Amino acid sequence: MGVEEKLPAGILLTTVEKVVNWSRKASFWPATFGLACCAIEMMASGSARYDLGRFGMEVFRATPRQADLMIVAGRVSQKMAPVLRQIYDQMPEPKWVLSMGVCASSGGMFNNYAIVQGVDHIVPVDMYLPGCPPRPEMLMDAILKLHDKVMHEALGDKRREIIAAEDKPLVPVGSMPSSYKFNKAKAAKWRDAVAEGTEEQLRITEWMAEREALRTGGAGKKGKR
Amino acid sequence: MGILPKSASAFGVTFSHMFKKVVTEEYPEKPVPTAPRYHGRHILNRHPDGLEKCIGCELCAWACPADAIYVSGADNTEEERFSPGERYAGDYQINYARCIFCGLCIEACPTRSLTMSNEYELARDDRRDLIFTKEQLLAPLLPGMEQPPHAMRLGGSEKDYYISGPENPGMSKGAEGRSVEDAPGAGSERRSGGHS
Repeated sequence: MGVEEKLPAGILLTTVEKVVNWSRKASFWPATFGLACCAIEMMASGSARYDLGRFGMEVFRATPRQADLMIVAGRVSQKMAPVLRQIYDQMPEPKWVLSMGVCASSGGMFNNYAIVQGVDHIVPVDMYLPGCPPRPEMLMDAILKLHDKVMHEALGDKRREIIAAEDKPLVPVGSMPSSYKFNKAKAAKWRDAVAEGTEEQLRITEWMAEREALRTGGAGKKGKR
Repeated sequence: MGILPKSASAFGVTFSHMFKKVVTEEYPEKPVPTAPRYHGRHILNRHPDGLEKCIGCELCAWACPADAIYVSGADNTEEERFSPGERYAGDYQINYARCIFCGLCIEACPTRSLTMSNEYELARDDRRDLIFTKEQLLAPLLPGMEQPPHAMRLGGSEKDYYISGPENPGMSKGAEGRSVEDAPGAGSERRSGGHS
């Protein structure tokens, strides 16, 4: 694209890359693309209780020209597909797509002629979020995983080649659940489990322990809900 | 509010929020527990000796409105036994890109093999990673459990697992969140009572 293509990839570029990626992920403006029930959860994520503003993305832009991220929230009908593509094309680079909910990810339970069987038929998708609809925490988890991917993005072709030649990280970028990633003890456990290939069992074990603690310990503070 | 102009007094609402409790959940750092019966990702449970509860009957796959479950049953042999009884799930996959977490599979399951956890952090950047295989879905081995295949440890026939086993009323410890003692029907009357 620019001058970064011609420069050798030394300390200057890696540091610049980090700063650029950090600034990109820290103000990650989504375009509103609510199509169905997932959009309700997407709006809830922007509300006070979940507050996407904590991640610098409370402004859902009504124009694609100011957006970095398209959250495709809901089922995409065949008729909507060209509209979706046009909105994607109108977004300035760099841009990301988050397919929210099972309908956008794969068609979900609507396996019929009216629904596009996954938006990746139309636009490149960076993060698939299952759930019907996903709760706001799930959306935030997907966004945080996408942040992780943005942070590891290469600046220019040279850096991309260098990163491709390096060893792959043990835990793939953007795969660790956010409640593990943001908790040092749990993150270490997750890394160990990935090395053994038992991360899904770890999840169940942790959940069982948490629920046991809730049931026995916190009878009084059980109800936030 | 006679002294203040109306436009200034409106800021009182904003100001009063300084003293109210913050409603925001600090999700990634301090996740708030879900409701106890929240429909999260599935678990394939085990019997207390480690044998799988799934008998490969495919009722969950038939019940699924989104066609997200794939089961292919296989036959147990005396040398290679994965579940009590004749059949077990040779292959079991749930496609989370299709699953709508409705819980119909849970209702359909005759052995309470398939249950749901409250885990929800499932987003991945590849659709292939959203298809969970049997290895990913199976519950971890708790103390006292042994990795199948192995012989039936709780009795000679599958009936010992399902109806007449007093210490095993068809509930796995842990994964379903209930110990054997407080499971319904695990009382003494059931132990002595006649199961015909």
